[in-house]
Amino acid sequence: MLLVTAWPYADAVRTTPFHPRLSELNDQGLYTHWQGTLSALRYSHAPKHEYFAVRNGVGVFDSSPLCKYAVRGPDAERLLTGALVRDVRTVRDGQAAYTLWCDDRGGVMQDGVLLRRTGEDFLLTAARPALGWFEELATGLEVELEDVTDAFAMLAVQGPRSRTVLAEVAGLAGAVEGLAWSEHRSATVAGTPVTLSRTGYTGDLGYELVVPEAAALDVLDAVLEAGRPHSIRPFGEEALMTLRIEAGLPLVDVEWHDSRLAFTDADRVTPSELGFGWMLGGVREGRRFVGAEAIRRELSGRTSRWATTGIVVDWADWDRLHRDAGLLPPKSEHPLPYESMLRSGDGESEVGYCTSFVYSPVLQRHIGIARVRPDLAARGTELRLELTIAHRTTTVRVATTRMPFFDPERKKS
Amino acid sequence: MTTTPGAGADAHYDAIVVGGGHNGLTHAAYLAKAGLRTVVLEKNDLVGGAAITEELLPGFSFTTFSYALSLLRPEIIHELDLVRHGFLPLMMPSSFHPTGDGGHLLFGDDHAQNLQEIRRHSPRDADAYERYHHDLDRVCQAVRPLFDNPPPDLWGDGPQDAADVRWLLEHLGGLDRSTVHDVVRLLTGSAADWIQDYFTHPAVAGYHASSSVIGSKVGPMSPGSGLVLLFHKLGEHDGHLGSWAFHKGGNGGFTQVLARAASAYGAEIRLGADVTDLITHDGRAVGVALADGTELRAPVVVSALDPRRTFLELCDPRELPLDLVDNVRRMKFRGVSAKVNFALDDLPTFPGLPDTRDHFGGFLNIGPTIEYVERAFDASKYGWYSDEPYIDAAVQSVVDPDMAPPGKHVMSCFVQYAPYELRTSSWDAERERFGDRAQAVLESHFPGFGELVLHREVVTPVDIEARTGLSEGNIFAGEFLAPQMYFFRPAPGWSQYATPLDGYYQCGSGTHPGGCVIGSPGRLAAQRVLRDRRDG
Repeated sequence: MLLVTAWPYADAVRTTPFHPRLSELNDQGLYTHWQGTLSALRYSHAPKHEYFAVRNGVGVFDSSPLCKYAVRGPDAERLLTGALVRDVRTVRDGQAAYTLWCDDRGGVMQDGVLLRRTGEDFLLTAARPALGWFEELATGLEVELEDVTDAFAMLAVQGPRSRTVLAEVAGLAGAVEGLAWSEHRSATVAGTPVTLSRTGYTGDLGYELVVPEAAALDVLDAVLEAGRPHSIRPFGEEALMTLRIEAGLPLVDVEWHDSRLAFTDADRVTPSELGFGWMLGGVREGRRFVGAEAIRRELSGRTSRWATTGIVVDWADWDRLHRDAGLLPPKSEHPLPYESMLRSGDGESEVGYCTSFVYSPVLQRHIGIARVRPDLAARGTELRLELTIAHRTTTVRVATTRMPFFDPERKKS
Repeated sequence: MTTTPGAGADAHYDAIVVGGGHNGLTHAAYLAKAGLRTVVLEKNDLVGGAAITEELLPGFSFTTFSYALSLLRPEIIHELDLVRHGFLPLMMPSSFHPTGDGGHLLFGDDHAQNLQEIRRHSPRDADAYERYHHDLDRVCQAVRPLFDNPPPDLWGDGPQDAADVRWLLEHLGGLDRSTVHDVVRLLTGSAADWIQDYFTHPAVAGYHASSSVIGSKVGPMSPGSGLVLLFHKLGEHDGHLGSWAFHKGGNGGFTQVLARAASAYGAEIRLGADVTDLITHDGRAVGVALADGTELRAPVVVSALDPRRTFLELCDPRELPLDLVDNVRRMKFRGVSAKVNFALDDLPTFPGLPDTRDHFGGFLNIGPTIEYVERAFDASKYGWYSDEPYIDAAVQSVVDPDMAPPGKHVMSCFVQYAPYELRTSSWDAERERFGDRAQAVLESHFPGFGELVLHREVVTPVDIEARTGLSEGNIFAGEFLAPQMYFFRPAPGWSQYATPLDGYYQCGSGTHPGGCVIGSPGRLAAQRVLRDRRDG
């Protein structure tokens, strides 16, 4: 009889506060688990149509499963300054800051967005749980750390029409007006206080709403209602992957693995190696946070093993290789599920690897996020990417390029 | 936006392109990119030819004529760097086929779900669906090299001509026998015969016949409709054969992208420049004369107009070989396609799917069965329009919300059959009555449709001819009939973009591979012009 008993963890798979409504709009029923919470892969048969909602209209994404930590108290800034890679002292009230945190080797553990509400009141998001890590670092400090993951839902409203739609939601017009990129404000929607930030994971004009769990459906309904004349539609993780690669945004467990959990140095990357050297202001001069010492040695000794770069595939070479094999050149907006090796321009040696690879519909090109030897990262360096065509290994010409691949003016204007 | 001011009437050019349709623009962009001082002369006040978008009602953008993209060659997107100039093909996520009895077939981006959709109607046809597409794709791959290269000149006597013929024979010799047979079945037979070898359900067969009659005076049961079907399957969008997209801002949005690219490479675009005559001297082209009396000189003149205008109107036929003139004179144009475009107050309602709008994401194929379309064709044989026309509709504002004000929509309807010549009346008398017929068909599938109509535009073949210059309103600049394709397009011996007059070239849809928004004629003709310049 034991065999027919339900797997006990079935009860542990949860749904988000938006699920009752968004599941009504989902005619596919395909979900993945994001930290034990159902997350829709797609809402319709065509995730690429959902993708275009974001690139040419407006879409909503349920990012509620993100871990959310409230950090408050007189030592809140001190805790975060010592824990996060970006210098928290430079983050103003009302600002949202993308940041990383490292272990003492200087290897990246996770990333997240820090919202500074007031001097002593922060909200930090993380894709994976991190409460224990920060609690340990908070030992002896006068700071309150609260896991508010379940208390708030998060809704990303993204795309060129997102501003117009949110301005038509009762209570949000004032908050949307003039909200600059990477800033956040408080507002009241459906009688409930919400946080509106001009942030997102799509590289487009977009906003995110942090909403108390109890009011989640009311706020979602208000957004969907305002969006209806604009053909608003929910988008799932598959569309999000295409969008975030075009935006050059890294993803934990794809672009890197948590250094604290890695078994080999080959599976660790430093902030510089991951392409976030710009966060490291003041480190050479002695700014301190977990991992800063190792990073300082890396910077002064120039010991970075990798540089992160974009790559763009030579379209003619791609087409020729496939046509010569009797195949129609594939152009899939679904990322490759594996890592491909990068070889030098002459094909002789391995010089790096590609962590994300996708066909970009807006750019009409295959693009990838890659790590290469630092001396090969200069824009326009010609390399070769390994792939298999008709069950044979071959290489296709690629060139390094700057990221984001797609960076419309409207994102920040 | 696209006019480069400053160049006077006496400006010197390396090349003059007559006609600013998509092929003329593509051609000019390639020539300018190669360093030629190039001018495009467009008679209208807007570039694009038959690929234009017009705001007929404030906030409502109409694709007056051409309305979707598929056959555009991917090489052109990259070689002309069109993404930089705003190229943005939007996915059409669905294809909807009302079956005429209240039911429907709805196809989308998920193969398994498409199979299930057919299985609802016929399990046998679901099985055939995979074989059908495999066989059709194999034919597409077999003919693609012919499609994408200039046809060999069978009558040429140069070493390159012999090499071209050898290449063709080797390619055909490399195909297996079932593929060769399928190619011939499609190029010579009817779409109905081909389709009914796979599908038995009338609606499933009807859906697959939808592109077999576009722009051509054939019914799906006519021999030759297989060729039309195959031609439309040769397109691709983002690596999907036979897949269609809707360009941002309509096909007029696309030709604006081409105009920006051509201008960026240095081409000049003159609007309102109506070319009346080619100027020749000693058997070679030296320039053109405009209706306002202006003359422009260049050693290369390229006509992007259709063969009738290129050979019988722009130049003096007496300067041309008789067989060429004869061939062009008897070339069939016979436009049968009309557009009925609507501005709508809201989305229509299909009673079988009252709670969803996803079936409006792509083409709405209003031609439930092969027999329905064949009967619609019948009237055109006798000089009259269909009582119940076949309609290929698209609510483009669902795919691109910028085409209409929030909550409102534009609907493009391609309607057949509407023969250019009406036997007992005129299009001025029948235009709105024909629009009423099309609207009545829509009303029968989408009850309440008429109440949503804010504005209606009826575009008959006569209107197409008057506005775009396409003879008899034929949207392909010459029908897709076997004697008018490949070696024979536009005439035997003149399929490689040159003409009997030195310096005079052709780059319109009346040349190989043909009509639709492909760009190939413009591109291949540019290769020819540049090669001739190089070889002196």
